[in-house]
Amino acid sequence: MLVHFSKEGFDKALDEGKLMMVDFWASWCGPCKMLSPVIDDLAGKYEGKAIVGKVNVDEEQELAIRYGVMSIPTVIFFKDGKEIDRKVGVMPGGAFEQVLDGNL
Amino acid sequence: MTYDIIILGSGPAGLAAAVAARGRDKSVLVIGNRWQDSPLARAERVDNYLGLPGLTGSGMLETFYQHAVGMGAEFVMGKAISLMAWEGFMVTVGSQVYQGRALILAPGVVRQAKYPGEEEYLGRGVSYCATCDGMLYRNRSVIVVGRSPDAPQEANYLHSLGCQVTYVSPQPPKGLDSAIPFVKAGKLSIKGEQTVTGLEADGALLPCDGVFILRQTVAPTDLLPTLETQEGYIKVDRSMATNVEGVFAAGDCTGLPLQVSKAVGEGHVAALSACEYLDRKQEQ
Repeated sequence: MLVHFSKEGFDKALDEGKLMMVDFWASWCGPCKMLSPVIDDLAGKYEGKAIVGKVNVDEEQELAIRYGVMSIPTVIFFKDGKEIDRKVGVMPGGAFEQVLDGNL
Repeated sequence: MTYDIIILGSGPAGLAAAVAARGRDKSVLVIGNRWQDSPLARAERVDNYLGLPGLTGSGMLETFYQHAVGMGAEFVMGKAISLMAWEGFMVTVGSQVYQGRALILAPGVVRQAKYPGEEEYLGRGVSYCATCDGMLYRNRSVIVVGRSPDAPQEANYLHSLGCQVTYVSPQPPKGLDSAIPFVKAGKLSIKGEQTVTGLEADGALLPCDGVFILRQTVAPTDLLPTLETQEGYIKVDRSMATNVEGVFAAGDCTGLPLQVSKAVGEGHVAALSACEYLDRKQEQ
């Protein structure tokens, strides 16, 4: 299931320390829309193994600033509450799966 | 809606492909710059196009464009900034996404090499999309490197969002908001630490948080990293198919000679091959 994070929800999930993949996006961004079905697909595929979510940088500017998001879409991976990897720009699902599989 | 064929490029190759594909009753979307911005539009006289000697480059382009419009091809003016193979192909122009079942690349040749530091800082201060990333630079200083006719509009947009914009280009821009300072420079290099800290322009360092590099086209190999090339040109077979399934290429981007008649012929072949590909796919 895909999670739409608020700042509170994000911080709570981060504290739990599980493997997380978070897509930073905004509605004005075409490439973000393009990546959206890929993220949805991964949310289903990794159900129970990793938390897959999205952060709207328009609504949650604090999170975007905290993680220095300078270009969207940016997908950031977290484990044990820390950033372990990030991918900037549109890429095929396999690129994200590789990071997830390597950290399960 | 999903188009049968999306064509990237509105020069002779792309327009010939559009006409041929419409002739086979396929739905066609052409994504490209205004035909007035094609390098061919600057040709004063073209004498080697069969049967039509003595035309100006812009005269040819306008005739080709009207032909494609008359055949029912649809057009989107703008630059494809990202591309993804997903149930066919998705192409982004600004904040819009377009879908197609087959793709024809006809972007011409990109004559601009990347700047030092550009790849390194991509996504860490370097951006190709003002629409996408402008909001992330509100109240911060950005430099627009203007290498396309629509770059001043993009700079004005960033200014309107509240970015502190400086415009850098080799020639004075047309249509730039007078509140935006212009720096004339051609030799550029992007500087930074973790993220971008400045742009070196003809030896002078201009501090900034972000650099928007706006060229006329995004190179096909940047849109589609798995695309095979040979000596800088897209590798194609006799049917104008590339190594990527469902992707065809035509015109200057496939190699020499960079001539209108060669581009038109290749565009025609690429479109017929794309139509065959679609028909075969539908039978399966």
